[in-house]
Amino acid sequence: MAILGHCFEILAMPPMVGEILIGYCSQSRFQVHKILRDRTTGLLTSTQAQDLTQRIIGISSADQTRVNITHERRSNTRFALNRITTSGESEDLQITVTCTFGRRRAAITTNRIDAEGLAKAVEKAEEMARLSPDDPELVPELLPQELLEIEGFFESTAHLDARGRADVAASAIEAVSAVGDLSAFGFLDVRAQVTAVANTEGLFGYHPSTWVSYALTVRTDDGRGSGWDRAGHRDWSAVRAQSVHENAIRRALNSQGPRKLEPGQYTVVLTPHAVSSLVGLLAGALNARSADEGRSAFSAAGGGNRRGETIIDHRLSLTSDPAALGSAPFESDGLARRRTMWIESGVLQNLQTSRYWALRSGLRPTGSSSSLVLDVDGLTDRNLDRIVASTERGLLVTRLHYIRSIDPRTITYTGLTRDGVLMIEDGKVAYPVNNFRWNDSPLFVLNRIDALGSPERVSASRVVPAIRARNFNFTSISEAV
Amino acid sequence: MNRREFIERSAVAAVGSALASRSLPLINVRNPVTAAEGDHKELVSQAIASALSAGAQYADSRVALYMNRRLSTRENRTSGISETDSIGLGVRALVDGSWGFASTAELSKEAAARAGAQAASVGRANAAVARSQVRLAPVESYGDVTWRSAFTIDPWDISTADQLDYLLNLNATALKNPAVSFVSSSFHFVKVVQTSATSEGTVAVQTLVRTNPGMAITAKSRDSVDFQNRQWVLYPAGRGYEYVLERFTPEAVEEWASEAAAMLAAPSIEPGKYDLILLPSHLWLTIHESIGHPTELDRAIGYEANYAGTSFLAPPADVIGKLRYGSPLMNIVGERTSEGALASIGWDEEGVRASEWPMISEGVFVDYQTTREQVHWISEYTGVHRSHGCAHCDSWSTIPFQRMPNMNLLPASTDVTLEDIIGATDRGILIKDRSSYSIDQQRYNFQFTGQVAWEIRNGRLGGMVRDAGYQANTLEFWNSMDMIGGPSTYEVAGSFYDGKGEPGQVNPVSHGCPVARFARANIINTRQSR
Repeated sequence: MAILGHCFEILAMPPMVGEILIGYCSQSRFQVHKILRDRTTGLLTSTQAQDLTQRIIGISSADQTRVNITHERRSNTRFALNRITTSGESEDLQITVTCTFGRRRAAITTNRIDAEGLAKAVEKAEEMARLSPDDPELVPELLPQELLEIEGFFESTAHLDARGRADVAASAIEAVSAVGDLSAFGFLDVRAQVTAVANTEGLFGYHPSTWVSYALTVRTDDGRGSGWDRAGHRDWSAVRAQSVHENAIRRALNSQGPRKLEPGQYTVVLTPHAVSSLVGLLAGALNARSADEGRSAFSAAGGGNRRGETIIDHRLSLTSDPAALGSAPFESDGLARRRTMWIESGVLQNLQTSRYWALRSGLRPTGSSSSLVLDVDGLTDRNLDRIVASTERGLLVTRLHYIRSIDPRTITYTGLTRDGVLMIEDGKVAYPVNNFRWNDSPLFVLNRIDALGSPERVSASRVVPAIRARNFNFTSISEAV
Repeated sequence: MNRREFIERSAVAAVGSALASRSLPLINVRNPVTAAEGDHKELVSQAIASALSAGAQYADSRVALYMNRRLSTRENRTSGISETDSIGLGVRALVDGSWGFASTAELSKEAAARAGAQAASVGRANAAVARSQVRLAPVESYGDVTWRSAFTIDPWDISTADQLDYLLNLNATALKNPAVSFVSSSFHFVKVVQTSATSEGTVAVQTLVRTNPGMAITAKSRDSVDFQNRQWVLYPAGRGYEYVLERFTPEAVEEWASEAAAMLAAPSIEPGKYDLILLPSHLWLTIHESIGHPTELDRAIGYEANYAGTSFLAPPADVIGKLRYGSPLMNIVGERTSEGALASIGWDEEGVRASEWPMISEGVFVDYQTTREQVHWISEYTGVHRSHGCAHCDSWSTIPFQRMPNMNLLPASTDVTLEDIIGATDRGILIKDRSSYSIDQQRYNFQFTGQVAWEIRNGRLGGMVRDAGYQANTLEFWNSMDMIGGPSTYEVAGSFYDGKGEPGQVNPVSHGCPVARFARANIINTRQSR
C-alpha cells in the first residue's frame, strides 16, 4: 500500500458532543506493472493508458472490445459545528472491459487489476456477451474520432492537500466565529482524474481533469437562521472561498426570524445556484427518443417532436460546451463531444440523440447534455445585486432543495426553498420570510422571465445567470430553517 | 498473446518495475475472491494487531468483496449487461479517543499491517488536536461467528442468459396489453462477502445477497399527447433469486400493465380533504423520510447540516420520552434482525449483535438510532447503555458511521383488514406504491405521490383517479393516523440507495408496515398544482 503524501492533517477544534473526527487513506493496488505517474497529474500517463488498454484488448477474443479506465484521486475535508470532522484521501483505478460478439455485448468492471484479475474480467465479459440474447439496436464500436484538445486539469486543484483544505475550513470557522453565535458546516471536495477509452477499431481517448466543490452552511446557534453558498470549478485558484464565506454568513444573518408569508404565486429572484437546479431538470428531459416515442414534454401532438418550436424565453440559449468547461472531449463509448446547441434564442434546436437513434432518424448523435451553459442574448442586469435593486417586490430565493419529478409530461417538479427566502421591497432586502414548498416546471419558469443576470460559473461543469421570474408557484409553508 | 502469456509477461513487467522503483512489489496474483475465509481472517487480525501495536486502544477491520450484477432490457432487446466487483481491506483505529482510518486493495499481510499502522497514526494525529474523546459503549465478545442473509438461490448461480430471458418474457407479457407501448425491466443483484473483526474478540464472516427487480410500463394515447408510466412495481429485498420467482411473475406483470392502461383513462383527482389510506407498498417511504431520517442521532446533533439538513427532533434532552410524534396507534421499532430485510445483519461494523428496540411507543418518541460512540450522548435520557448496532460502511474503502436500520410501523394487535378500513371511510383516497417524494431539510413539510390511486366513497372502493398527491407536516400527519391494519396487512419494502454523508455513502434499508389511514389529509392534484 503506497500512501500519498500529506495524507492526513487536521486542525480541529474539539466537538462538545458526539465527536466524529476521522481521517482516512485508501489506495488500490497496481500490479500489472508499476503505474507510471504523469509528472503533472500524478495519475496514469497517456502512454501507459494506451499500453494497458492494448494489452487487455490483445487477450480478448471478442469481435470487438472496448476498455475504459478511470483513475481517480479524491480528497476531502468535512466540518460541522465549527470543527473538522473528517478529512481523507483515496485513490482507485477501475477498468471496464466491454466485449461484443455480433449483436451481443457485455461489460465487466473491476478494481482487481493484477494480471489475473484483468484476464478474468475479459473472460467474464466474453462469456456474458456470448450468452446474451441478440440486441437488435446494438451499434458497433466507433472508429477513431477526431477529439477536441481540452484543458481540464489544474495543478491548483490537484495540489490542494490536507493542509490546504484544513486552512480553508479554518478560515470559514474563523469568519463565522468573528461574527459570533454562528456555526459553520462545510465540505471541500477535490478530485483529480484520468479517463481513457480505447477499442479494437483503433479509437483512443485520454483526458486528465480536476474538479473541486466547496460548500458552506452557516447556522445561527439559536436555530433561527441558516445561510449557504457553494462554489465549484476545475481550477481551485478561480474559486473565491472568501466570497462563499461572506455570502453564507450574510444569508444566515438575514434569514433570522422569518415572518410568515402565505403560499401563492410570487415574483422570485433566483440565485444562479437556484437557476442551475432548474436548468439541470430541463437538460435531463432533452431526449430525442422519448420525444419521438410520444412520452416527453417535447413530443409533438400527432407524433414526432417539438424541434423548431419556441420553448423558453427568446433571450436564452442552452448549450453543452465541453471545451469551455474543461470536460472530457469524448463520451464513455469514445464518441467525440462537440459544442451542441440545445436551445437557441428560446427555440428547441436539438435533443440528445444516441448513436442508435441517430441511425434510425437520420440525425447526428449528440452525446450527453452535460457541461451546460445557459447564455443570455443581449444586455443583462449583470448580477444578482443589480436584479434585486431593480425589483419592486419579490422574493429572493437562495437555493432549491429535495427536487423530485411530479409530472414528466410538463417537466413539473416539486421541491423546497432552503437557507434564506428574503422579501424584496423597493429594490432592497426588507425582511426574511418562511421557506416554502414549490411545484413548478423549468419550462414555465423560463418563460416568465423579466430580468436576467450575466451567466456565472456555479460549478465545474455549469454556467448560468441569476434570473427574476413572475408567478413562481409556492404551494405550502415549510417550518424548516 | 494468450491469457497465460499475458499474466506471465505482466508479472515480469511488474517485478522489473518494482525492483527499479523499490516500491509496489508483485504479490498476491492468486484470485482474492476464492481465497480461503481463513486468509481473510488472518488479514483483518493482522490489521488489528498492527493498529494495536502502533498504540490504538481499539481497532476494527474488514475484508469485503462487493459484487454487483446489473441487467436491463426494453421491449424485445437487452439494453445493458454489466458486472462490477471490488475487494479490499479497511481498518479503523481508536487512539487516545480519536479515530483514524486506512484502507488498501492489496490483500497481503504486509499491506494489512501497513494499513493498521497507518490508521493508528492518523488517529494519533487527530488525538493531538482533539480536546474531547470518543467513548465507546461496551459490547460483548462473540468469538468466531458466521451469518448469512435469508437467500435460498444465489443470483450468481443463475446464468445471465437465463436472467435476461426471464426479463424479456415478462416484457412480452406486458406488451400483450394493447394499451402498453413501452416496457423496460431490470435486475440488480448484490452480493457482499465480508470478514470483519474487532480488537474486542469478535470475528464475523457474513454473506449478504440483495435482489432488486425493476419494471416500468408506459401506456400512451394514440395522439401522443398523453402518457402514464407504471413503475416501482416491486421493491428490493435482502433475498436471492427466489424473490424474483415468487414476486416478479407474468401474472403480476399483467396486473401492472392493466393498471398502466387504466391510469391513462382515469379522471384527474379533485383536490381537497380526504381520509388517506396508504398501502404498505407506499407507506414505507413516508416512514423512511419522516421518521427514519429525523431519528438519526448525528443528524439531530447537526453533522449533516451542510448536506441533507438537520432534524426537528432535537435537542435530544427535550424530545426523548416527551415528544408526541403520532397518535397512540403508532409504534415504531428499529431492528437489524428481520429475515429478508435490507439492513439486516448478524453483527455491525463495531461487533455489535443485531437487535430490535423501541423508537416510538404509543405515539411518544423514546429513542434514536445509535452507534457505540453515540450511546453516551443520550443514555442519561434513554437509560440505554448499549449500542443499537447502526454502524455501517458501503465499501472496504469507506468509514463506518451511523446508518439507518430497518424501521417498522407495528400492526394493530387485532386483525383489522384493508376492507375494514375502506368500509369505515366515507370520502377517501387509497394509494399504492411509491412515486415522487420530497421533504424539507428538517423533516417537517413533505409531499408524496403514489403509482396508483383509487377513490373511496361511502365505504366502497371506487374508480381509479390520477395526479393524486398529498402534502403534510410530519407531526400533524402521524397524529392524524386514526386506523391501522392488523398483522395480515403487514408488508416489507425498501431501497438499495439511501444516501447520507459527505462524501456520500449509500445504505440499503427496509421498512415494514401495515395499511394505515390518516384523517382529513390535504390531497393535491399534481397536474393542477402548477
